[in-house]
Amino acid sequence: MSTTKKVTFTAVAVGIGLVAVSACGSSDSGSGKTDSKSVTLVSHDSFNVSKDVLKDFEKRSGYKVNVLKDGDAGAAVNKAILSKDNPQGDVFFGVDNTLLSRALDNGLFQPYEAKDAGMVLPEYRLAKGEKRVTPVDSGDICVNYDKKYFADKKLAPPKSFEDLVKPQYKDLLVTENAATSSPGLGFLLGTAAEYGDGGWEGYWKKLKANGVKVVDGWEQAYNEEFSGSAGGKKAKGDRPLVVSYASSPPVEVLYAKPQPKEAPTGVATGTCFRQVEYAGLLSNAKNTKGGKALLDFLSGKQFQDDMPLQMFVNPVREAAQVPKLFREYGVEVKKPETMDPKKIADNREPWIKSWTSLVLK
Amino acid sequence: MDLARTEVTEAKARPGKGRSRGGAARLGLMAVPVAFFALFFAYPVSAIVGRGLHIDGAWQFGRITEVLGQSDIRHVLWFTTWQALASTALTLLIALPGAYVFARFDFPGKQVLRAVVTVPFVLPTVVVGTAFLALLGRGGLLDELWGVRLDTTVWAILLAHVFFNYAVVVRTVGGLWAQLDPRQEEAARMLGASRFRAWRTVTLPALGPAVAAAALMVFLFTFTSFGVVQILGGPAYSTLEVEIYRQTAQLLDLPTAAVLTIVQFAAVGLILAVHAWTVRRRESALKLVDAATVARRPRGAGQWTLLGLVIATVAVLILLPLGVLIQRSFDGPDGFGFAYYKELTSAEGGAFLVPPIEAVGNSLRYAIVATAIAVVIGGLAAAALTRRAGRLVRGFDALLMLPLGVSAVTVGFGFLITLDKPPLDLRSSWILVPLAQALVGVPFVVRTMLPVLRAVDGRLREAAAVLGASPLRAWREVDLPMVRRALLIAAGFAFAVSLGEFGATVFIARPDNPTLPVAVARLLGRAGDLNYGQAMALSAILMVVCAVSLLLLERIRTDRTTGEF
Repeated sequence: MSTTKKVTFTAVAVGIGLVAVSACGSSDSGSGKTDSKSVTLVSHDSFNVSKDVLKDFEKRSGYKVNVLKDGDAGAAVNKAILSKDNPQGDVFFGVDNTLLSRALDNGLFQPYEAKDAGMVLPEYRLAKGEKRVTPVDSGDICVNYDKKYFADKKLAPPKSFEDLVKPQYKDLLVTENAATSSPGLGFLLGTAAEYGDGGWEGYWKKLKANGVKVVDGWEQAYNEEFSGSAGGKKAKGDRPLVVSYASSPPVEVLYAKPQPKEAPTGVATGTCFRQVEYAGLLSNAKNTKGGKALLDFLSGKQFQDDMPLQMFVNPVREAAQVPKLFREYGVEVKKPETMDPKKIADNREPWIKSWTSLVLK
Repeated sequence: MDLARTEVTEAKARPGKGRSRGGAARLGLMAVPVAFFALFFAYPVSAIVGRGLHIDGAWQFGRITEVLGQSDIRHVLWFTTWQALASTALTLLIALPGAYVFARFDFPGKQVLRAVVTVPFVLPTVVVGTAFLALLGRGGLLDELWGVRLDTTVWAILLAHVFFNYAVVVRTVGGLWAQLDPRQEEAARMLGASRFRAWRTVTLPALGPAVAAAALMVFLFTFTSFGVVQILGGPAYSTLEVEIYRQTAQLLDLPTAAVLTIVQFAAVGLILAVHAWTVRRRESALKLVDAATVARRPRGAGQWTLLGLVIATVAVLILLPLGVLIQRSFDGPDGFGFAYYKELTSAEGGAFLVPPIEAVGNSLRYAIVATAIAVVIGGLAAAALTRRAGRLVRGFDALLMLPLGVSAVTVGFGFLITLDKPPLDLRSSWILVPLAQALVGVPFVVRTMLPVLRAVDGRLREAAAVLGASPLRAWREVDLPMVRRALLIAAGFAFAVSLGEFGATVFIARPDNPTLPVAVARLLGRAGDLNYGQAMALSAILMVVCAVSLLLLERIRTDRTTGEF
């Protein structure tokens, strides 16, 4: 070997050695232990909680909390179902009303009524006697609009589903694939709730004729196609209407530096579908006692107050604090569309099938 | 990948007299890789397929015809096949001139350029999809120049496939081309053949097998394409891989997913069989020369034009998309600067429990462990495969490639339902990530090590033994010095592949330890300027880490006894 090669070789070797040493240093924090002093929460990627709130719970309860984020919402639920005989944790959080029936029918959860179940606002409660899951948060899937676009064009932004098929909004809307994306599915369910089992297909025909664009996931729709988001502006997105969440405008403010006086985007409040997320004690949980304490925590005041700015969803508990950011930059959705989880379960596959052949083909 | 290597010296590794002892030794060497693949690949994959097809105590093979009878599934199969064929043809068309230029010409910056064209190969598709959208989509370069938009068309998919696989052709075909003795072609011309005829009758037959092998690899990668099709194709396009993901992760329709997995398995098996066949066909000896003696400065207007065209292609097709990502990572809220990079060090963003920059450390740590595993497993397998092999061993060779062709979601879900009991309760263990990454790294290690190990003259080893060296000592004194470089290169590739691995990692990465690609995907999943900017900054960091490790390889990779890739 020539000298330079020797030097390179040595440098590579030393580099690898150094990182290897640091790898060993951190790897002991690795394996998730399941002793009675720790409790494991399985959730999707969007789960978040403030560090001090979680620490406080750990201190009060004496349990160490492991959080396992297991992919997007759909995949996380399916993985939990697949591994239900030998679950990866004790509590699952993040099954929403569109998937609730699949989880319940597969026996994912065992009954437990959280201590503060009585504090859940009436509109989020499930049928009486259903104690296997506890509502934790709610969020609305709504069409968002680019304020600047509509101001420049001196055009009023759309307010309702009916507006979206009007000629002045032709070629402006981008939405997500209902088969692969939860906002996409939410929007489809919203139209089905609004126009009924027999009417939604006719509505989508009109929407298609009015130039709706469908992309695969929220990331593309929001960050690439939508002209009102930070990413979309850079990508020169040209669709001023996008299917996203009612909480997206405050998020645009929070993650901007400097924070603007007004959110750059708005919400068409007549196009919303309400998603409710639930948590439950897994059927074969190893630490049921800890799991119960964790469920009490999720529906407790401290977590419910903390949640909005962590996950950008609304608390379901009476008198939970809505953060200033939400009040100032967000909107209140008065009459969102909803649908019974049972009805969703019965129709979701056939609807997605007909939607796919109607809109994508 | 050794695809371009012609195993000229293989005949030297004669079985010799210790045949049965050699056989036993080979079995011993193979035991570890076989156990590894059985445990971490065959078992999980067959378990998840079995879960889909073995229902209520009976095998439901009727599901196979049932699923294949559906018109939309047949549509997926048809699209998967033809887009892979078209991608392969287009990649060859665009990359073959590049292979020639890199092989035969010497020009400043060649090494850097060769490292750079390999970067896409290891970049996660989430990142690349974003860059391509920026070019081919609205407001992109094509749009601004000619008002042409290619997003959600099949052209975007094809071009992105060329972007990803350009290096496969340049490295495999170019690697062999660089070592073909040009005097053979010159001799043909002296004998009166036209330039084209000389090339067609002398060079082309020699290159043919390498081209075929490269084409097969590109076909394999594009046949199983996932992220590119999902992001650039839009919802109207779906490959088998995408459909398997959808059926498994979204719809939990395990029977359909199982059938599709079997179909993909069969198709990949077929590709590998054809590959093995072409490899055997080119086991004829070629006269190879040192690449360094062949490459020279281009001469004449024709050659300079060719060089210019190739560099222009590389600039537009590869450097531009990479450049867009870098540009966006610096295009901060208050103008150009490091704002997004600074933001990476704060945990305030909330997308993770830790500052996103820690993903760099996680990625490096995982990749190191994955590399170690891949080098051990792949090295043992390569050593076992070194000697002249029977059909069984050749089959083993092909088996080692299978992880490249099996859907990550199948492996991930398989892990979930199989590795869940002690002593193999690995589901919540950090080791699962490097294990999954090593599965993808092993084929690269084998492909790199095999030709070099085969080139080691067995007689040297025998001589050492005669002089009284123990087998270990003979290996240390004879083999190790000769394969050290190949080992480093193999390690480098396993390392780069691990860094970029997304499909399997996203299923098993722990929330407090996201890897770079997982962190990028998660940041892109949230609204807001800072999240988007951080995703771009992290992508740029990933790119630089990949490029630097590849450049280090380029510095080491000068000896012609090393394999390609």
